[in-house]
Amino acid sequence: MTDETALQRVKFYQTGTHTVGNRLMDKARRSVQASMDRSNAITSGHRACQGCGEALGARYALDAALRASDGQLVAVNATGCLEVFTTPYPETSWQIPWLHSLFGNAPAVATGVAAGMRRKGRADVRVVAQGGDGGTTDIGFGCLSGMFERNDDVLYICYDNEAYMNTGVQRSSATPPTARTATTPAVGDAPGNIFGTGKNLPLIAMAHNIPYVATANVADLHDLEDKVTTAMDIRGARYIHIMVPCPLGWGSAADATIHVARMAVESGLFPLFEAEHGRVTRSKKIRRRVPVEDYLRPQRRFAHLFKKGQEDTERIARLQRMADANIERFNLLGERETP
Amino acid sequence: MLKQTEGSQAVAEAIALCRPEVVCAYPITPQTHIVEGVGALVKAGKIENCEFINVESEFAALSVAIGASAAGARAYTATASQGLLFMGEAVYNAAGLGLPIVMTIGNRAIGAPINIWNDHTDSMSMKDSGWIQLFAETNQEAVDLHIQAFRLAEELSCPVMVCMDGFILTHAYERIDVPSQEEVDAFLPPYDPIQVLDPVEPYSIGAMVGPEAFTEVRYLAHEKQLQALRRIPEIGAVFKDVFGRQSGGLIHSYRTEGAETIAVALGSVNGTIKEVIDGMRDDGAAVGSVSICSFRPFPLDELRAALVGAKHVVVIEKSLAPGLGGIVASNIRMALRETAVPVYTVIAGLGGRPITMNSLREVLEAAGNMRLPDVQFLDLDHGAVEREILRAKQTRRAGPTAENILRNLGHAAVAGND
Amino acid sequence: MKQLPFAITLDPGSSLANQTGSWRTMRPEYVDRLPPCNNACPAGENIQKWLFHAEEGNYHDAWQVLMEDNPMPGVMGRVCYHPCEDACNRGQLDEAVGIHAIERFLGRIAWENKWEPFIDAEPSGKRVLVIGAGPSGLSAAYHLTRLGHAVTIREAGPMAGGMMRFGIPKYRLPRDVLDYEIQRILDLGVKLELNTKVEDVERAFAEDGFDAVFVAVGAHLAKRIDIPAHAAGRILDAVSVLRDMETGAEPPQLGRRVIVYGGGNTAMDVARTAKRLGVDESMIVYRRSRKEMPAHDFEAVEAEEEGVLIHWLRTIKQIDETSFIVEKMEIDADGRPRPTGELETIEADTLILALGQDVDTAFMDRIPGVEMASDGVVQVDASMMTGRDGLFAGGDMVPAERTVTVAVGHGKKAARNIDAWLRGETYLKPEKHELAGPESLNTWYYDDAPPTVQERLDIVRRQSGFQEVLQGLTEDNALFEARRCLSCGNCFECDNCYGICPDNAVIKLGPGNRFQINYDYCKGCGMCAAECPCGAIRMVPEIV
Repeated sequence: MTDETALQRVKFYQTGTHTVGNRLMDKARRSVQASMDRSNAITSGHRACQGCGEALGARYALDAALRASDGQLVAVNATGCLEVFTTPYPETSWQIPWLHSLFGNAPAVATGVAAGMRRKGRADVRVVAQGGDGGTTDIGFGCLSGMFERNDDVLYICYDNEAYMNTGVQRSSATPPTARTATTPAVGDAPGNIFGTGKNLPLIAMAHNIPYVATANVADLHDLEDKVTTAMDIRGARYIHIMVPCPLGWGSAADATIHVARMAVESGLFPLFEAEHGRVTRSKKIRRRVPVEDYLRPQRRFAHLFKKGQEDTERIARLQRMADANIERFNLLGERETP
Repeated sequence: MLKQTEGSQAVAEAIALCRPEVVCAYPITPQTHIVEGVGALVKAGKIENCEFINVESEFAALSVAIGASAAGARAYTATASQGLLFMGEAVYNAAGLGLPIVMTIGNRAIGAPINIWNDHTDSMSMKDSGWIQLFAETNQEAVDLHIQAFRLAEELSCPVMVCMDGFILTHAYERIDVPSQEEVDAFLPPYDPIQVLDPVEPYSIGAMVGPEAFTEVRYLAHEKQLQALRRIPEIGAVFKDVFGRQSGGLIHSYRTEGAETIAVALGSVNGTIKEVIDGMRDDGAAVGSVSICSFRPFPLDELRAALVGAKHVVVIEKSLAPGLGGIVASNIRMALRETAVPVYTVIAGLGGRPITMNSLREVLEAAGNMRLPDVQFLDLDHGAVEREILRAKQTRRAGPTAENILRNLGHAAVAGND
Repeated sequence: MKQLPFAITLDPGSSLANQTGSWRTMRPEYVDRLPPCNNACPAGENIQKWLFHAEEGNYHDAWQVLMEDNPMPGVMGRVCYHPCEDACNRGQLDEAVGIHAIERFLGRIAWENKWEPFIDAEPSGKRVLVIGAGPSGLSAAYHLTRLGHAVTIREAGPMAGGMMRFGIPKYRLPRDVLDYEIQRILDLGVKLELNTKVEDVERAFAEDGFDAVFVAVGAHLAKRIDIPAHAAGRILDAVSVLRDMETGAEPPQLGRRVIVYGGGNTAMDVARTAKRLGVDESMIVYRRSRKEMPAHDFEAVEAEEEGVLIHWLRTIKQIDETSFIVEKMEIDADGRPRPTGELETIEADTLILALGQDVDTAFMDRIPGVEMASDGVVQVDASMMTGRDGLFAGGDMVPAERTVTVAVGHGKKAARNIDAWLRGETYLKPEKHELAGPESLNTWYYDDAPPTVQERLDIVRRQSGFQEVLQGLTEDNALFEARRCLSCGNCFECDNCYGICPDNAVIKLGPGNRFQINYDYCKGCGMCAAECPCGAIRMVPEIV
């Protein structure tokens, strides 16, 4: 028998790790965000919309990266919402060294920063590059692919809100089928974005055989932080794709940001997984599976699928099949022993 | 050390002597030999503490340099032609951020039609990007300007392009004095940035600036160029002290004393022009020439002083502003705006067209005889142009102009053999 | 410091100058909503609050909070029918939190550690008489003592405890637990006079000098019924049987076969007691079906497990020595039992009537101003005072459900009102917070956790002795069970609001101090309220 107390023995904590913190849990196991002296890489006063998922996701990710790097962190930012709402002259919300160059070159700039730091004898300073889905999957894709294939020592984080939100909600290659955007209006025979388009950047990243690729989501902070921490323990090119709902662009309530993100995961539409050197190593299991409708309905960009009396059952079913395919592919229900 | 070497190789060695810390490379003719040379030196360990990064595009090349420079490292890259256009967005950005990157331009034409040969259209496309643009007349000057460029860039926190004519300089073998490491070290101190990405002082670089301050930011960019106008001759003087030779500066005047007709040009063509001047002087003509080394900042005062005594100023330029004529000439006119000196534009050497001494002499004489039009295309094949214009008038679907002219010229050649 | 480039480069964190709170149209506010368990507790326990401490393993604080409302956790954790658990929101997730079991655990460790309730009231100089040492009287005495008054209890019987002792068998409430928790109350300075039946309440005021009197006499009189009997066998009543178990030198003689007549908890208790006393057959005859029985289901289940045979839908028509003629009943559309005319015979030696109990209120009739309600109980006002100034009544004496928990609650309520009355004031009950219903929760955040099952004594020992049936929780189990609490309506410092605010507009005040909204920056998105697991934040329109 050890001298362990009941407090140490009983591993059930009322909310487990589902909440941000938990006063019952060991400090070491609590999230960075629960800490009273968390770094707040982005501080108050930024101009993100109410309920902005990106503001949240970026703080989550960078605070975790700051902890993992012991505060030795530099961020490079692509043009986009995150850049605009944090740094309008004369105020910045960043409390870490931060550099914005262009829309499409963040990965390359980050490569340069990392090289510069190495040459200046500051290899301990770690580099994170970040951008939205437009800056990542579209205009910055060339630079990103180059950074990947050279295995440059950069953690690239894509905050994916599935369209060009900064310019007024236009389609990107990350926009899901049927979603209404300003350039894929919900009219005609195939309303919204069409099926069979778009790219899956995490899988493309994996095809570069880089050491680490992961997907994450603002509804699961602990998972997100774990992945950032894992990524920060690795040198070389790393990629984390974080889904960040956009209340404005998605037409969801400002207070529903986390709920919508959670439904994306629980429906299987947004699988949470990790891959090392091109192989999926782990996936996060769905906790309480929901049909895709639970994800789609709270968002006005999908409202045309749910018109009273004429639900678009065919397209909803197609989206469900996409979710089902993810569940099978990434073993999201834990039906197989191997990932 | 004096040696017979290729211009690109000499520049590569000069870059190495400047102790760059990050060099990014993407191949494009005709600058490729330079980065190949630097890369080989890095790979061989001949440049201490330097990374050579093979990137996927010119856009990435300059972007990597931006990042490295912001991290406090001395960064260098080189490009030409389409490559400069492809990195165009980053060119403006590097200047806007005030990052002292040095970049070599192996000057080359821009397509379509695609053309790998020399002219200045590429550099001219970026003349207002906020970069300092220095044009080398010789390979020796190219070497020397690179060494000066780092010092100038880093003192002012402003990027510098060193422009050297593609092939004519980059691929030419000449006797070049490549300085020693000690000399360069004595001239060029380590890079001490005014701002650097640093967790200790975590400021945000690259903010979004609205109407309330954008004009002021742009004014300051202008003001920085005006500062450069003062620093370029000063650095040139220091350079002379250390290396014992005059190199760089704002402009070089050649035999302009009492000259009635003065030719003005950028880059290597000045060598040809000087020979023409010498020949015409021998024949008693009152001619001289001015070579502009610093095109940005543009030395208005120095040029006015150099040209004000002339009766005719003939600008020989390797670029064209379609619909206007000369770019350099327009700038010269601004220098002479309060004088009555006529300024002629001679568009020459586009896409590698040889600029012959005979043709140059003809235009200078024509200027002296008041027979030169405002804009003259040197050695233009008027017949070919007129036939194509006529054809295009007759046929709506006339096909591609370039191919038509080639066919046209080819046909003419065949006919001539008959 | 170097001169940074103008406008393009900015000093860290300078956005704090931009107070985005001006964007807000709705504002979040922290609230404490009323957890359904607290709302349902007849004793008015702040269950959520003591569970909050218990979750942390801070059992002493948990116990102290519990003791503010209820002086007998060990008893209550065993005998309360826990309406709190019926109301528990967790019941809609998986199963209700086993509140009673944690309460019982706290009772046990308080005993093991000899913890004493925290009392800091100044002596008031007032004297209060409590009549009856049952749960209501003991509770009143305890709370009055906590409020600084000198209390004397006069009890007609030979032992304190009332129906806790004389109505609830040992196998549900071991007597050492009861004795300990009563003694702890007495140790606070409560004077107990046993075998002292109060016949004249006015004399207590006039001659004994009590400033107020609380009457809390239990329902000890068995109801009887007439059954035609030619030659009746032995007929007993349940109250007497259970009392004899406590006071008699010998256990009651019941014969080989026993019929208990009735369907209440007392019927179950007495049938199970008979089984333990060694009768061959312990039977219950009840005129309605299981659905309508007043006994709690677990009582019937446990009785049946122990071998008690329940004859549902039967009435006893006639007794002929050991033959009991019973008539089958059926339930009509109104839910009432209706005779069918079909008869059966059951053989038995003893009949025990368990048809309900009354309170002996005769001594109250003589007091001027006291009014009786129907059903023979005393009428009281909202402050539990009778028509006689200074005379209060509670427990079985007044119209209410007759459970230990209700009685304990009455004791507390009466004590507060008596205290106020003694000071010439009126006790004002604090306004209830709005209820924290299931719709106010975000249950996603709670870990799945099956309830902890309390061990039961093996069946052979249950059939042969009076050892306690239901076993207590270990510390591990109790801690686990406490942590199943959802903390409905009350912040439990999960850090969600603090962590998920996109504007860092929640200030964490540190352990035990909860959080504060920073209205300078809060944009009013409402995510904190939506993602608060326990419904402790509400959004209200911003006043412009």
